[in-house]
Amino acid sequence: MPHITFAAAIQRHIVCPEREVVAPTVGAALEAVFALQPELRGYLLDDQGQLRRHMAIFVDGHAIRDRQRLGDHVAPDSRIYVVQALSGG
Amino acid sequence: MNDRLLVATRKGLFILHHHDGRWQTTETHFLGEPVSMTLADPRDGTLYAALNLGHFGVKLWRRRAGATDWEPCAVPVYPPQPAPLPEPLPDHPPAAPWSLQQIWALEPGGPDQPGVLWAGTIPGGLFRSDDGGDSWVLNRPLWDRPERAEWFGGGYDAPGIHSICVDPRDSRHLTLAVSCGGVWQSHDDGASWSCTSAGLEADYMPPERREDPNIQDPHRMVQCAGAPEALWVQHHNGIFRSRDGGAQWQRLFAQPSSFGFAVAVHPLEPDTAWFVPAVKDACRVPVDARFVVTRTQDGGASFEPLDDGLPPPPAYDLVYRHGLEVDATGLRLAMGSTTGGLWLSENGGEHWQCLSAHLPPIYCVRFG
Repeated sequence: MPHITFAAAIQRHIVCPEREVVAPTVGAALEAVFALQPELRGYLLDDQGQLRRHMAIFVDGHAIRDRQRLGDHVAPDSRIYVVQALSGG
Repeated sequence: MNDRLLVATRKGLFILHHHDGRWQTTETHFLGEPVSMTLADPRDGTLYAALNLGHFGVKLWRRRAGATDWEPCAVPVYPPQPAPLPEPLPDHPPAAPWSLQQIWALEPGGPDQPGVLWAGTIPGGLFRSDDGGDSWVLNRPLWDRPERAEWFGGGYDAPGIHSICVDPRDSRHLTLAVSCGGVWQSHDDGASWSCTSAGLEADYMPPERREDPNIQDPHRMVQCAGAPEALWVQHHNGIFRSRDGGAQWQRLFAQPSSFGFAVAVHPLEPDTAWFVPAVKDACRVPVDARFVVTRTQDGGASFEPLDDGLPPPPAYDLVYRHGLEVDATGLRLAMGSTTGGLWLSENGGEHWQCLSAHLPPIYCVRFG
């Protein structure tokens, strides 16, 4: 199953452990986590359901391309990393 | 007098108490996080703190009276955005995304409206909660006004509501100030709105648009609690007052400058108001590096500089929109600067005492 990991900076606000999820896309993977931790949604997505401007998600080392619909494909053995963008120094 | 002072800063919320003749910081919350607004609800004693976490968005927390722990509230969420956003009309700025960027104003409804909160936000939406922050609804009558397309950002990329005055005579009467969108009023609890910016002037615009009501930049607006027809505005362009509830605004001229961000009005004396002047308008430092408060006690016919107890020149403190507050007696004032200075006056600004010179940049000071 795809494995999702959240950066330490997020843990400062909400403890979100690494999880195994069943999901074909990044969006589905996040929804699987939100089902368990609904309060996490607003930390990662904006009002329109897009990835927040200063957040980044990597799937197997590659930044996702679809930040609006989160439709990037996730393989059964993918590693998903949710991190904050290090803008501003 | 109110003996508790809330100080919202770029790096946390600090609470000071006045005890045995001294002000001391007794509580520190959300250390390291930007607190854009705070409120002590006079109706039930609940404290609110609005955080702007940058990477992780806007959050709102509350602490009930008598409780020791803060609890998360719901935050205002904008409804689904038309996709794509409409192209701006000629002379109109690009439309702002329908997504919460900041809670810039937070006010309680009237005493007859328990649980009602109003939140002014960037990018320009007014939200209402009927349950003390458990849920929020965007005020569509204002959001859907066609004039909103003319609003533009002042200080931030998108426009924002920073001042919300609930009429003490009638809680259904609301007066808002928008940077940059003028002054707006509703007499029916937000069901309908009208722009009441007549007399405001914007020298920063081309001549033919300087009196355009929808592009005015009131930096801050306050209402006299004891004489609610009296409104004061510290505008980007100077100081304005209204004696008739905002139907007409009069421009006033102060020394050493009419530019600034903050204004406070005496709760009982509508002709008494305080300002913190700065060099107009891109420079934004005290004139001649002399940090002063200006006060009028005659409705703006004259202004006097007050600096007893404030740092001597050179001092480059700047006081933002919500960085100046007067309490319910009209005697006690608090002031916080962007360089982390915090001062308090017990006599209407005649003398100031420095409570700290080393806080993080201060966004908001409030008694309560």
